[in-house]
Amino acid sequence: MLRLPRFSYLRPESVAEAAQILSEYGPRATVVAGGTDLLPKMKRGQIEPEVVVGIGHLPELRQIRATGDGGFEIGACVTLTEVVASSELQAAYRGYTRAAALVSSPALRNSGTIGGNLCVDTRCNYYDESYEWRKALGFCMKKDGNICRVAPASATCRAIASSDTAPAAISMNATVLLVGPKGEREVPVESLYQDDGQFYLTKAADEILVSLKMPSPGAWRSSYVKVRNRGTIDFPLVGAAAALKMNGSVVEDCRIVITAVGPQPLDVSQAARPLLGRPIDDAILEEVATEAAKPARPLDNADISYVWRKRMTRRAIEQAIKEAAEVA
Amino acid sequence: MTTVANDPNADLRVIGKSLPRVDAAGKLIGLTAYADDIELPGTLYCKLLRSHLPHARVLSVDTSAASAIKGVIAVITGEDIPIKYGIMPTSQDEHALEYEKVRFVGDPVAAVAAVDEETALAACRAIVVEYEPLETVESIEHALLPPSDEPIHDYAGPGNVHRIGALEFGEVDEGFANSSFIREDVFFYEGNTHLPMEQHSATATFVGDQLTLWSSTQDPHYVHRALARVFDMPMGHIRVVAAPHGGGFGGKADPFSHEMAVCKLAMVTGRPVKCTLTREEVFYVHRGRHPVLMWVRTGVSQDGKILAMHFRTALDGGAYGSYGPASMLYTGALQTTTYNIPAYRFEGVRVFTNKAPCGPKRGHGTPQPRFALELHMDKIAEAIGLDPVELRRRNYVKPYTRTINHLRITSCGIEEVTDLVVEASRYHERKKRLGHGMGFAVSSYMSGAGLPIYWNKLPHSECIIQVNRGGVTLYCGATDIGQGSDTVLATVAAEELGLWPTDIRIVSGDTGLTPVDLGSYSSRVTFMAGNAALQAAREMREILVSAVAEKMECSPKDVMVGDGKIGELSFEEAANLAQERHGVLTARGSYTPPREIGGKYKAAGVGPSPAYSYSAAVVDLDADPYSGEIQLNKVWIAHDIGRSINELAVKGQVEGGVYMGLSEAMMEGQLYRHGLHKQPSMLDYKSFTFFEMPEVETFLVETVDLEGPYGAKEAGQGPLLPVIPAVVSAVHDALGVWVDEVPITPDKVMRALDAKAKGREGRYGPKSFPQISYPPIVKVPPFDASSTAF
Repeated sequence: MLRLPRFSYLRPESVAEAAQILSEYGPRATVVAGGTDLLPKMKRGQIEPEVVVGIGHLPELRQIRATGDGGFEIGACVTLTEVVASSELQAAYRGYTRAAALVSSPALRNSGTIGGNLCVDTRCNYYDESYEWRKALGFCMKKDGNICRVAPASATCRAIASSDTAPAAISMNATVLLVGPKGEREVPVESLYQDDGQFYLTKAADEILVSLKMPSPGAWRSSYVKVRNRGTIDFPLVGAAAALKMNGSVVEDCRIVITAVGPQPLDVSQAARPLLGRPIDDAILEEVATEAAKPARPLDNADISYVWRKRMTRRAIEQAIKEAAEVA
Repeated sequence: MTTVANDPNADLRVIGKSLPRVDAAGKLIGLTAYADDIELPGTLYCKLLRSHLPHARVLSVDTSAASAIKGVIAVITGEDIPIKYGIMPTSQDEHALEYEKVRFVGDPVAAVAAVDEETALAACRAIVVEYEPLETVESIEHALLPPSDEPIHDYAGPGNVHRIGALEFGEVDEGFANSSFIREDVFFYEGNTHLPMEQHSATATFVGDQLTLWSSTQDPHYVHRALARVFDMPMGHIRVVAAPHGGGFGGKADPFSHEMAVCKLAMVTGRPVKCTLTREEVFYVHRGRHPVLMWVRTGVSQDGKILAMHFRTALDGGAYGSYGPASMLYTGALQTTTYNIPAYRFEGVRVFTNKAPCGPKRGHGTPQPRFALELHMDKIAEAIGLDPVELRRRNYVKPYTRTINHLRITSCGIEEVTDLVVEASRYHERKKRLGHGMGFAVSSYMSGAGLPIYWNKLPHSECIIQVNRGGVTLYCGATDIGQGSDTVLATVAAEELGLWPTDIRIVSGDTGLTPVDLGSYSSRVTFMAGNAALQAAREMREILVSAVAEKMECSPKDVMVGDGKIGELSFEEAANLAQERHGVLTARGSYTPPREIGGKYKAAGVGPSPAYSYSAAVVDLDADPYSGEIQLNKVWIAHDIGRSINELAVKGQVEGGVYMGLSEAMMEGQLYRHGLHKQPSMLDYKSFTFFEMPEVETFLVETVDLEGPYGAKEAGQGPLLPVIPAVVSAVHDALGVWVDEVPITPDKVMRALDAKAKGREGRYGPKSFPQISYPPIVKVPPFDASSTAF
């Protein structure tokens, strides 16, 4: 079997101590909570930390807290299963809890955390391979090499944004709280990501994502549609989150965020304008979905053809908006 | 042995019951020791260094840095094991470790034994191999061209052709000339792999000239022979033990390099050496389903009777011979066991490519042509305006007939299995609506190959039953790979001895302790080992009954056997009585298939079987007219099992076959890119999870075969076959497009829908079949009963 390489495991007693360790070791250290992303990647030599800092046990990261203004703050190490089981979160953020429920399989959701899912590594079938495989082909820029295997002309890595919960959180205007050696900062989830599959997070290496802050849903209702090969386990081939602000049957505002069609989740809400100020109309919806899908740039680095994934982006957007409209 | 006609109305006590398998308890509580659970004191761990190039000459292998690593005990290279081997006598083309050239990414070149796996892996990474790259051949079409530098192998040919052949039975040209409708189709079946839960593992010891290998192998006897050849040792000094299996499906049916390597390293170090493959390595050792391109042309009469069929296949064999010569012939052999084809021409070729070697996977060489043939029948039916089930019925073979390619058909429940699934699914009453469809297909498979893999006249299966102080032990070389063969043997012995299956201790799959059974392949074990066990059990029963009759002073006929009693005595009392008189009690059984089951022509060895199973399936699904996504609703499967030895186990096999068939039909593909396997992991090589699996309704038909043990036939492979074409046929029924290629992924369906929307033929699949220089056709004379002799 593939074995974990040797590493040191540190178990801090607080977030502050964890941040201290990270700033001491810099890029040689990484945090771990559920381990469902990190450990297989360490076995394949995709991530080679000398020091692994366990944070999953820290009580301060394991709470779901109502913020008093109708919103919620969810600790980074709350498991996906716990989020899915929360009736309060389900009622307020159907898109987000739906996305969490669609991550992988029950066993992995029991272990995987919401912070881990927001930070989940980008994926590419030239990269998610063993060390020997990657060496046989020639390494890629994301690890050990200097070119992008799926898009050799690209200056940046084109690995695929694969978090299901990120687009759903973005569609609800959520923010994340980051704690680093210089203190804490709160940033919109959207700006946690950038258009580079290698350096896909804007978070500094010594910053720890401690919580996700979901604002009060107000009149917003949301949904998330995931396209994948199998009905379980698989990462998204396309993901579409939609949030609608409804006034009766009239759409006042609409946010659409798509994922798995490039290195970062894409906010394509601009395309939703024709929907505003009227009830949902199938013809307009089709037009909006077609427009919203345009920025999708799937490449040949996931399973099933990229042509199909592109086509399914439109469908996923359409479905997500329809489903959001149906949320009671 | 002489076979005994089976009584359909026989009063059987344990045969046919749905009982838990005899190995279930150990597996349930986690006590079963699989090959990787074997841990002998002082074991060293072996890793193989595998080629990272698809095709290259090996110029040098420098192991000095690896040997210097602390904890490394031995490093060996190809020259340490210079004798080639291979499963078939005609393809002895593998070195345990290659030292002349490598032929695919994953071909092993060196092996390390170290104190732990981590050290062995580090040592592998420290070995320096100098290669001279050669042209990579990645497709059938490419392999058919003259090689730009050199062929992959220095035997066979021309170029990268491994095997090629052409046969004709009956008057094909005349058949086509008399046909009122002729249709041609081209199909492609992508390669896929077995995906057993258990990765291959092997442990060897070498103590005082005795070599012992514990391995997850389906065929300990063939591994035994290969070891004797490679190490030039007497068979009697080698023992191969097949450990309990976590699934085989054909993937553990070849002798493997890691088995050779641990044996050699055990000899070199004097310590036990173990090698367990990683999941990625399992994708490389492979021996799975061949990718096959197929062309078929059929002529039918006005009323839909097949008058002539011409079938061409081209198989992508990957880098080595493996079972390839048989695989190639299997793509042409069993078309005739479901349909009466009065004139049949078959041309086949297998080529070498620089990919993991292909071999036998559940259905060995027959799912591909079955897929093509069944869809071809659907298309003919559509073209001539006949119901697809009716067209098939008009051509069904009849029981107790002989096919045009000389195969003997005996019991045959093809009509019954058809009736069951068609009626239960209400196939003919289905309502037409866009996106919903049903598909029907039928198939047949062998209950064991009529000939062994290497030529010999020895029995195919042998069994010894020993009764000692009231305990019964059955010794048989048959290997339980999860299919339940130990349960079959125990149930047969229990039936004859008046006991319960769990009263029988089974010792199986151990060349040092058990008489030979050729192995768990070709669905042969129930039929062949079952018959050997039956013979041995009946002999033992006679010994016990006669001892009791003598004591009771009655006729043996009056001694009843059952419920743990022999006459008035308990089984133990009866056994002790017999043992007092005879000393140790043993009884023997053996089975050799009858000679007259096939023809005599060259290549006639592939296809004959003492009995054929029959299966039919209906698949119900919804297919999305926008995305091409398929939602399976239900599968109905009916299988002619002859007679169930254990109904629960048979249904498990049938439903397992349905599961595997659906998964290959819809998502599996052993795909390559830049000479590398594209997704050698269980996350990225897509196969069905429980989640994808629809409801399955299973029907068993008991035709009670005259020669099978109690009438039993096979269940391990046949039920997979009709499922694949039935899925594709149902998609056509739903959307009106043909996808003439599996797996039938949504993007392929979408492309067929696009073509249709643009006014072109609503089809996705290969456009044409390559021009292949098949050899001159060998015309085989009609079957002559007096001249058959294997």
